[in-house]
Amino acid sequence: MTILANILIIFFIVVGLVFIVVTAIGLFRLPDLYTRTHAASKSATLGVMCILIGVFLHFWLIENHFNPAILLGVLFLFITGPVGGHIMSRSSYIAGVKPWSGTVRDDLKPEIERMKKEQGIK
Amino acid sequence: MKTNDVILQFTAKIVFFIIFFYAVHIFFAGHYTPGGGFVGGLVTSSAIVLLIIAFDLKTVKSILPINYLYLVAVGLLLALGTAAFSMFVGEPFFTHFFDYFNLPILGKTSLHTAALFDLGVYLVVVGVTMTIIQTIGDDE
Repeated sequence: MTILANILIIFFIVVGLVFIVVTAIGLFRLPDLYTRTHAASKSATLGVMCILIGVFLHFWLIENHFNPAILLGVLFLFITGPVGGHIMSRSSYIAGVKPWSGTVRDDLKPEIERMKKEQGIK
Repeated sequence: MKTNDVILQFTAKIVFFIIFFYAVHIFFAGHYTPGGGFVGGLVTSSAIVLLIIAFDLKTVKSILPINYLYLVAVGLLLALGTAAFSMFVGEPFFTHFFDYFNLPILGKTSLHTAALFDLGVYLVVVGVTMTIIQTIGDDE
């Protein structure tokens, strides 16, 4: 039983670690801010959530200590991580950060123009 | 430029309650585990700051119509009152009392007057932090 529990815990922690390494590689390799935000907000959130679930299972199954605060942390990260990425990339778009030169489609640009025209800016 | 921030506002509405109830948990857990009045107060004020970021100062003032300076005064009075209470029953200043009570739902619970002192610390920390942030954020 302990072996099964350990396998489960190691699986979750290893998956989380792999996702965090993928995040770091993505932050180095990707060309512009928007693709980097994509890498950082998605896979880092999933990685940290997996590690937290592994820690939760370790304390629950091995040490017999049920800690709901870790589950709350998983829920909190699941809600706030993507919203943080969204706010960062949106504010940098509005501040004028140019996307990568290979971008073929920009749906937000006409929308921002329309909003500026409605509010009478420029 | 005024932008559309539905996602931030909706998330802030939900996350506010998670942060606030976690702060209450930290406050009550302070006697036996890490936590207490100071951290609980800071977490509570960070939840209110999240509301201020997502909405604006006027909206949050109408949601929580509290003058935070009074909150500081009430917290200090509470802390002083708990500390001075023991002088009236012939014990030195700052002597705390505790006993076990059988509460209706919670069962056997130990109640300690240090929790009231901690409540004073909590109110002072929330009041001071929110006063600082409102004063800095409000000047025009």
